[in-house]
Amino acid sequence: MQNQQSNSIRTVVATGIGAAVIFVLMKFVAIPTGIPNTQVNVSIGFLALLGAIFGPVAAGLAVFIGHALNDFVTYGSPWWTWVIVDGLIGVAFGLAKNRLKIANGALSTSKLVWFNIYQVVVNFVGWVLLAPTGDIIIYHEPATKVYVQGVTTWIIDSISVAIIGTILLVLYSRTRTQRGSLKKER
Amino acid sequence: MQHQLLIGYDDRHTFLNRLSGSTKLLSFVGLSVIGMMTFDTRYLLGIMVFSLILFRFSKIKYRDVSFVMSVIIGFSVLNLVMVYVFAPHYGVDIYGTEHLLLGSSNHYFNLTTEQLFYEFNLLLKYTFAVPLALIFLMTTNPSEFAASLNKIGISYRISYSVAIALRYIPDVQSDYRTISLAQQARGFEISKKAKFMTRVKGGIQIMLPLIFSSLDRIEVISQAMELRRFGKGKKRTWYMAQKFKRNDYLALLVVALLILLGIALFKVNGGRFWNPFK
Repeated sequence: MQNQQSNSIRTVVATGIGAAVIFVLMKFVAIPTGIPNTQVNVSIGFLALLGAIFGPVAAGLAVFIGHALNDFVTYGSPWWTWVIVDGLIGVAFGLAKNRLKIANGALSTSKLVWFNIYQVVVNFVGWVLLAPTGDIIIYHEPATKVYVQGVTTWIIDSISVAIIGTILLVLYSRTRTQRGSLKKER
Repeated sequence: MQHQLLIGYDDRHTFLNRLSGSTKLLSFVGLSVIGMMTFDTRYLLGIMVFSLILFRFSKIKYRDVSFVMSVIIGFSVLNLVMVYVFAPHYGVDIYGTEHLLLGSSNHYFNLTTEQLFYEFNLLLKYTFAVPLALIFLMTTNPSEFAASLNKIGISYRISYSVAIALRYIPDVQSDYRTISLAQQARGFEISKKAKFMTRVKGGIQIMLPLIFSSLDRIEVISQAMELRRFGKGKKRTWYMAQKFKRNDYLALLVVALLILLGIALFKVNGGRFWNPFK
């Protein structure tokens, strides 16, 4: 009970600070790719770490809030379909928490490989299936345009998570104590 | 990187400032959703004029928002060009008629009135909410914003997360600047002059300290909040919360009427599009 309580506070704070970090990363470390509205998105690498530490609720909400705020101050109004898809991707990354068990210390190679396959699939579902479909239904944009944007984002985000996300996960897990690393002296 | 990035709230003593945050939030979300759905040019133009008039009343100076404006214009133009490149006949598909302006109908790149009209609609849709969003951002106190999220029915934990995000964005931003300057002093090039890979590497070198210091910050803040018994009660009161006054009800009524008008237009047009070519 006690533990649950402090976990929920941690979730609230992680959501807030996570959103602030995502906002700042989206704002400053955006490297354009040449196709409008698609950037090398380093914040999604951070999202992978946030999800692995704090779980689906914090990661999903953090990216939802961070992305919506960023759109708000950059474009005037949030591009809701992409904001929602980003939130869903955050939730999906958060679901990997129990599999990765990052708090228990160093990650094995097999876990990292599994996570990377998982994230590529998640990004595919998000950016190639959901986001363009939402754009077509809600914003009535031409299909070819939104699919080009979607596929570009899928590729870039997957690479971004594969590099930045993996680096962050490995570095973070090294700072944790390995589970069962203490032995009782006899 | 020198200009103010979070365009700031300031008490400008207008009636828009005195409206409660919940009213402004509900109005903004309502109008932007209906504007997102409709493709009725008359309606979008109407909302645009309405929001520009409000913008005039809000006493926001143009130079405070000129940077944001240029970004938005750039974004819209890029998108419109891209729509044209990928689907130059999309307007013809939607409106069912073809009035050629340039080129012939069997060329891929030709220009039709329908396409121009469709892209004009898109432009309106990209921009109509901008004055409203700017008014909302610049006349709502951030702390009151969190309170108003709670008031319209979002759980107070989530509202509090938003409050934390708004509170810590400037801090994270200044951390980012400090780290970035420190790394640049050590010789990392992250400006536009550098090569793509160098920039990416520079970006990562800034991210790592930023992220790890933020993780520490999460621990510190959550411990502080736990010590102050955050989350023990079912409800939470907000220091900045405002009561609804007469003007709030009036504003909500106007917005509700506008939204109803939008929905009525769906019926009249028999769909989301208004077709002037028939």
